[in-house]
Amino acid sequence: MPKRVRTVTAVLAALTLAATGCSSTRPTGGTGASGAPGSAAANSNSTFKFFSQADFDKQMAQRTMSAQGDPSTPWVQMIQPSMVDTAKYAKPGRKWHLCFSNAALDNPWRVTGMTTMKAEVKLHPEIGDFTVVDAGGKDDKQIADLADLAAKGCDAIIVSPNTTSALTPAVERACRTGVPVVVFDRGVTTDCPVSYVHPIGGYAFGAAAAEFIAQRVGKGGKVLALRILPGVDVLENRWAGAKITFDKAGVNVVGVEFNNADPAKAKGIVSDYIQRFPDLAGVWLDAGFASVATVEAFQDAGRKVPPLTGEDQQDFLNLWKKQNLTAFGSVYPVYQWRTGVIAATWILSGRQVPKEWVLPQPTITADNLDRWIDPGMPPLFFSSCGCQQMPGFPQAWGGR
Amino acid sequence: MSGLVEARPRPGLRRLAAVPPIWLVLAALLVVVVWRDPTFAQPASLLAFLKRCAPLLVLALGQLFVIVGGEFDLSVGALVTACVVIAARLGDGDPGRTWWVVAVLAVFGALVGLTNGLVTTLLRVPSFITTLGSMLVLNGAVFLWTGGAPTGALADNLRVLGRSGMTGVPVVGQLPWAVPVLVVVVTGATLLLHHTRFGDQVFAVGGGPRAAMLSGVDVWRIRTATFVLSGLSAVLAGILLAGFAGLSADAGSGYEFQAITAVVLAGAVLGGGRGTTVATVGGVLTLQALFILLNLLGFAKPLRDSAEGVLVIAAGAYTAYRARRSG
Repeated sequence: MPKRVRTVTAVLAALTLAATGCSSTRPTGGTGASGAPGSAAANSNSTFKFFSQADFDKQMAQRTMSAQGDPSTPWVQMIQPSMVDTAKYAKPGRKWHLCFSNAALDNPWRVTGMTTMKAEVKLHPEIGDFTVVDAGGKDDKQIADLADLAAKGCDAIIVSPNTTSALTPAVERACRTGVPVVVFDRGVTTDCPVSYVHPIGGYAFGAAAAEFIAQRVGKGGKVLALRILPGVDVLENRWAGAKITFDKAGVNVVGVEFNNADPAKAKGIVSDYIQRFPDLAGVWLDAGFASVATVEAFQDAGRKVPPLTGEDQQDFLNLWKKQNLTAFGSVYPVYQWRTGVIAATWILSGRQVPKEWVLPQPTITADNLDRWIDPGMPPLFFSSCGCQQMPGFPQAWGGR
Repeated sequence: MSGLVEARPRPGLRRLAAVPPIWLVLAALLVVVVWRDPTFAQPASLLAFLKRCAPLLVLALGQLFVIVGGEFDLSVGALVTACVVIAARLGDGDPGRTWWVVAVLAVFGALVGLTNGLVTTLLRVPSFITTLGSMLVLNGAVFLWTGGAPTGALADNLRVLGRSGMTGVPVVGQLPWAVPVLVVVVTGATLLLHHTRFGDQVFAVGGGPRAAMLSGVDVWRIRTATFVLSGLSAVLAGILLAGFAGLSADAGSGYEFQAITAVVLAGAVLGGGRGTTVATVGGVLTLQALFILLNLLGFAKPLRDSAEGVLVIAAGAYTAYRARRSG
């Protein structure tokens, strides 16, 4: 979150507000710059710690903007780009050595991403070597990885940071070696990378799904929010976007639960809520992996499945189609793994790149559901890879 | 905490003290859960609770044999994950393949248990190291085999045990299949551990391997058998969990520690020679009731882990205290 500093004042202001006794009800709206929607997020302290009104407003605006470029290749589209000159990094006339420091390969989204990235590298004959180091989800390992890469003679370094604050100094050190750095997926709080590639963001992700739920359940409708875990900025932003939307629509959020990325736990939680709230009207999820478990919890209880949200994971989309569910998908596109490589090649050929490469962030509705289903692909495959036309598809992605 | 200065408990209290403490803890937890959420006391909710406990209960009973025999099995969580992923890959959603898939899983689980047992007993590698190693091997192998994203699908008939139930049962409506499975497993484990020669030998081996050996018990065979039992329990737990929760790349992660926690809560002593199946059932139910309560009270997951840690230390301290007093 590059703009975090700017929000510190707003955070302090609201904390004082909370400390002076506005805890039981929502703080009165319109106090200072943060305005009513921001205050709504103050209901949850941990959410608010991560909240940035400026980023929220920007993402809400970007959702409706049309991206520059060909919509059939969204991985090279860009929203509100401000281009930077890269002539000083250009290395024409020889093979490049590209290096990638990966945070982890610990979930199906990242697995689809890594496969797609390798396929993208193969599309560029000018890339001679591609070195990948995997930090296994550990900050200290990734800090060491980045230091090691400095001695490997990389022409460009691509980073998908494990956590924002821990990796910022390491990325800064990498920048100081003079090698161009491209960051994608999670961000860092320094602007030293030549380009930062990411989709619109978590607020838009959470808000889009929440708007769908709010429309279906109406004012006072009971909704369960199922989250993975607290304290991760991307996920906090998704929840903040949803919370603000729900508050505005008057939706009754009867529970906010953490399932720790365990479908068994998710299913247990949803079953409990079905018992406690027989009129539960919708389920909002901050990530798609538990969507199938949620659907099954309702089916196993002999209940009609209410509106719910998910991602572009194939098992969920297939179930959605088969059961004709009332559902919605927010997509955190896998194709950003392609864009990371593309940005590096543009930089090394001296072509201008956006300082902040904001990619479109699609949504899945009943109308376009069929386009997001890739028959024959594994259940945990993400169809937002943009990889369907790449050589080696579908076998390299585990499909038939 | 000196037992010497304590007054003798009155007769009524003494009768209460004869109840294994885990059941008192469980009763207290359930009272609080029902107070916070009255719907929990309905028969259907209680059965759903049992259904959710089923995988852990099966796993904990397998673990109990190993612990009573004086060893550990840290590999069961990874084995559960491996079973779920293998079942999806081999079965590929085809109900016709389910029976041989289950057979393959059973053989696989028994082999993993056998390897753990033989390495621990014949090569004399401490079981902590052996099973830690096989946990890493299994996790790595599953990752390599699947590339981190499992393929295939779980057949509907494979998922029946963990997911659906018998409909039209009076009073409760639907009786989850997991409940009769549990009755069979608990009965079987109780008979095996407490009413057979094999069970006696497991206790003897855990209580004092040297004494057991001198009295003619094949220590290595008994211990190896407990590991095979634990492996088989992981297979059944995997099938129940696959039924309940579906396909996931880390279905069983953390289950090995929950199983050990439940066994220790139930008063078994790490190092062997003590523990009962019935108390282990209480340990599992208590652990799950605790999770439900912390969830109801709105505790975040890290706090739940901490609470689990405090509980297991308290249980260990209590067991040690009782052992000191009775010994």
